[in-house]
Amino acid sequence: MKMKKLLSVLLASAVMIGAMTGCGGDKKKDEKKAAGDTIKVGVFLPLTGDNAAGGELELRGIKLANKLHPEVLGKKVQLIVADNKSDKAEAASVAARLIEKDKVCTILGTYGSSLAMAAGNIVKEAKVPAIGTSCTNPQVTANNDYYFRACFIDPFQGTVMANYAFKKGAKKVAIVQEVSNDYSVGLAKFFVEAFQKLTNDKNCIIDVANYQTGDKDFTAVLTNLKAKNPDAVFAPGNFTESALLIKQARQLGIKAPFMGGDTWETQEFIDVGGKDVEGCVLSTAFDREKASTEEAKKFLKAYTDEYKGEPSALSALGYDSYLIAIDAIKRAGGTDSKKIRDAIATTKDLEAVTGKTTLDKNGDAIKAAVIKVVKDGKFKYLDFVDVK
Amino acid sequence: MSKRNMILTVVGLIVLFAGACYAQFELDSYLRRIINLCLIYAIIGLSMNLTNGFAGQFSLGQAGFMALGAYVVGVFTVPVELRANVFYAVPMNPLIADIQLPLWLALIVGGLLAALVAFLIGTPVLRLRGDYLAIATLGFSEIIRIVITNAQSFTNGALGIKDIPTINDVRYIFLVTAIIFLFITCLINSSYGRAFKAIREDEIAAEAMGVGLFRHKCMAFMLSAFFAGIGGGLYATLLGTVDPKNFLFTLTYNFLLIIVLGGMGSITGSMLGSIIVTAGLEYLRIFDEPWEIFGTVIPLFRPGFRMVIFSLLLMICVLFWRKGIMGTEEFTWDKFVAFCKNPFKYFTRKGAKNHG
Amino acid sequence: MDFLTQFFQVIANMSAASLAQHIVNGISLGSLYALIAIGYTMVYGILLMINFAHADIVMMACYFAFFGITVFHIPWYLTFILVIIATALLGVVIERTAYRPLRDAPKNSVLISAIGASFLLENLANYLFSGRPLRFPDIPLLSQTIGIGSVQIQAICLVIPVITFISLIVLLHIVNHTKTGMAMRAVSKDYEIARVMGVNIDRVISITFIIGSSLAAIGAFMWGVRYPGITPLLGVMPGLKCFIAAVIGGIGNIKGAVIGGFILGLGEVLIVAFFPQLSGYRDAFAFIVLIIILFYKPTGLLGEKTTEKV
Repeated sequence: MKMKKLLSVLLASAVMIGAMTGCGGDKKKDEKKAAGDTIKVGVFLPLTGDNAAGGELELRGIKLANKLHPEVLGKKVQLIVADNKSDKAEAASVAARLIEKDKVCTILGTYGSSLAMAAGNIVKEAKVPAIGTSCTNPQVTANNDYYFRACFIDPFQGTVMANYAFKKGAKKVAIVQEVSNDYSVGLAKFFVEAFQKLTNDKNCIIDVANYQTGDKDFTAVLTNLKAKNPDAVFAPGNFTESALLIKQARQLGIKAPFMGGDTWETQEFIDVGGKDVEGCVLSTAFDREKASTEEAKKFLKAYTDEYKGEPSALSALGYDSYLIAIDAIKRAGGTDSKKIRDAIATTKDLEAVTGKTTLDKNGDAIKAAVIKVVKDGKFKYLDFVDVK
Repeated sequence: MSKRNMILTVVGLIVLFAGACYAQFELDSYLRRIINLCLIYAIIGLSMNLTNGFAGQFSLGQAGFMALGAYVVGVFTVPVELRANVFYAVPMNPLIADIQLPLWLALIVGGLLAALVAFLIGTPVLRLRGDYLAIATLGFSEIIRIVITNAQSFTNGALGIKDIPTINDVRYIFLVTAIIFLFITCLINSSYGRAFKAIREDEIAAEAMGVGLFRHKCMAFMLSAFFAGIGGGLYATLLGTVDPKNFLFTLTYNFLLIIVLGGMGSITGSMLGSIIVTAGLEYLRIFDEPWEIFGTVIPLFRPGFRMVIFSLLLMICVLFWRKGIMGTEEFTWDKFVAFCKNPFKYFTRKGAKNHG
Repeated sequence: MDFLTQFFQVIANMSAASLAQHIVNGISLGSLYALIAIGYTMVYGILLMINFAHADIVMMACYFAFFGITVFHIPWYLTFILVIIATALLGVVIERTAYRPLRDAPKNSVLISAIGASFLLENLANYLFSGRPLRFPDIPLLSQTIGIGSVQIQAICLVIPVITFISLIVLLHIVNHTKTGMAMRAVSKDYEIARVMGVNIDRVISITFIIGSSLAAIGAFMWGVRYPGITPLLGVMPGLKCFIAAVIGGIGNIKGAVIGGFILGLGEVLIVAFFPQLSGYRDAFAFIVLIIILFYKPTGLLGEKTTEKV
């Protein structure tokens, strides 16, 4: 027993000592950098937990942007990366920490709307602006003058897909939504509204099935769905669940095409889904084919050099959020948060990767959506939709 | 309680309140947030300790009760004019659309709702023992979450509620915590508290001695739910937004660690535990950042490492230090005075024996 | 009322093919649950503790399989055996470090330790393999789809029930007709007396964990082929459900675990089949069944009635 006690005390002290030395090193580093003339920009992303995959991709974009545009107003831009762990309580304290402890003048992020909302109150109170990368829930920027975003919002994306489905001649559509995911519920809701309006048919949605995040078996809802024989299925959601869902649908012999949102645009969706996700259609913010701006070309080249492979829309959005931030800092002429906020709000026709970016009065980016299809294990450009 | 101890307690609380005021005016909002989180976790830790530590009923339903409290606060304190904005997908049910409560009332209503649900759950579940009880309460907390997710016209479902008026006020939360702390202390020292402990030690013997088993278990369970509901409500006001994913059953594990570390069956232990766990998790954040020694980055430290350390600590604590910081002991002024008089003697075997 | 009319509408509209498909889906899910539930029930029967880490052992086994086939290119049948060995080892390690030191501790401490072990495995997997999903290696032989009439079945769905029944029979044989099995039963009846009678408790418990974890590995393999996305939290929900299946059948009872697994699997599928509007509540089904069963028959369907000793 004595040995064990000793052991535990030793372990605990080892941890403490480790922590202290680590902290010491950290501080020194900070001081050294703070002494120089730098502008601190907080990066607030989920790097662990459920949303880690999305957070990582966005971080790539932001880091790339920082590499290509390291300076503004003659000062170096220092990124302070903080992990919000895909958890709301963490998100709130991390945002407060960036503002109070690291004294950042603006914050970039995050993936996942609920995390952004948790930080929303904090940036509002502290009057430090934040630029969302891919938080698409309309509530993020509503009633909050300090939250902006570089992406489009759920209603827009749902509407885009409804338009696309209508254009392709679908009459009867089934919805499979991830009921515990705000993104999925939001997209589905606006898809239904738009599609009913387009078809002028109240009964055009023949089935609405629900599943929970983390579910693995979808055979029950899919068997019901098969019996109703829809022209197409709209199933926005997390890519892991969606890939399994589509796989099982194909095994059950459902031939109808599946449509989804921008969350699908990850390598994992194709890895997990394999040949079964071929032909799936999704809307997203960026594609090489539509890369019209100079900035986009720079981004594409730099991305291929740095990370190999095709950049995803998430990386592009991360990149854009950084561009919006430094553009605003430049126009504000300093690091005063309130001035930066006003400058961000008046962002107009900024040359960004996902096209010329203008923010509307809610602080949401106005931009067109790209429709892509999975073909031969790759996301291929299919169409371009600009819904007013 | 002797007169001296009473005075000391009052003085202690006043000093702490002064500390809270100082924190409110002098510290930045990040530190205040951490302090508030400590206090809220302390409330929920205490509530969990009431059933798990004192009454000996291993319940894992805290996340569900928190969710109830948080949602009552969330639904009823959002200003009416902002509600259409929040419930943008499915309009709010007209039954509740125009009811707006002040925070304190919403907190109490949330607590009462949680207690009511605990009563309904308790009737079947409290007949179970040990692991069965644990798994059944865990199941209920999941059911609560699933119902909240699906009841979109009341709770806005997965879209969550935002624009909850926030308070990041240390004084307010401190006062709530202090009241709950005093209440639970009095409860534990009353005949009810002794009955709880009797049940914990031996149910059959307690029953034989005339302790009403079900009545007391149910009471502990309901009170626990009530305080967890209040804690959940405060949590919602601190964050300003809630959604069902906040209240996954893994949230309960945080409080489990708090009471295990602090000592199952110790009120002051839970307070200490919550401070150490909350502040410690915040401090351990450095494990998630890359470390550089002599210019080389150690690959060990990357996001995720902190949680590995956190779970390791929980294991070490349970394996080697089962009693936690306080065991079933409490901080008392008598011990404190004895310690101040002779700090060295206190740690010797004889001294410890003298002072319990 | 509305609810009932909808129900009858659903029944009226359901074709025989759909119903058959639903039942096939339910059986394949149920037999997977059953396979993993056996592991829970084995450990509970002997140690009287919920092995919370069991679900995470399943998760780790999925990662082992991924590394074996996708990273090291070992043929799948060899990997299958290697995974069983590795997982059994993991199970024993967990038992040695997390449970054995607490053998004489209060039950709640063991429960907390089990939760801690599970939490540690999840966080470790998250740290080592990142939260991004990996694809469970494709085994065409098992993952192909077979059509029988208009009912579509994946080959693996035919294999799983067979494996579940083979495991059931082998286990029943071990427990009822071998010396080790006798020792296991003795330990589960009365731990102290068994020790006094010369049963090597540590050995018996280790063997239990080896068997339980091997079953977890087999279950993981089947699970992976059927639902091929691997994430660190993969085991959590299925783990809870399998534990519930074990409780429904009467924990400690191997036959009961299999029955519980089938009840749960079929129930989950059929509730969505007949009440499509309840599909969002599907996860609640398992918990509701659990609570109903515990209320009316606290020891489960096949469990023995026990009285508390003073």
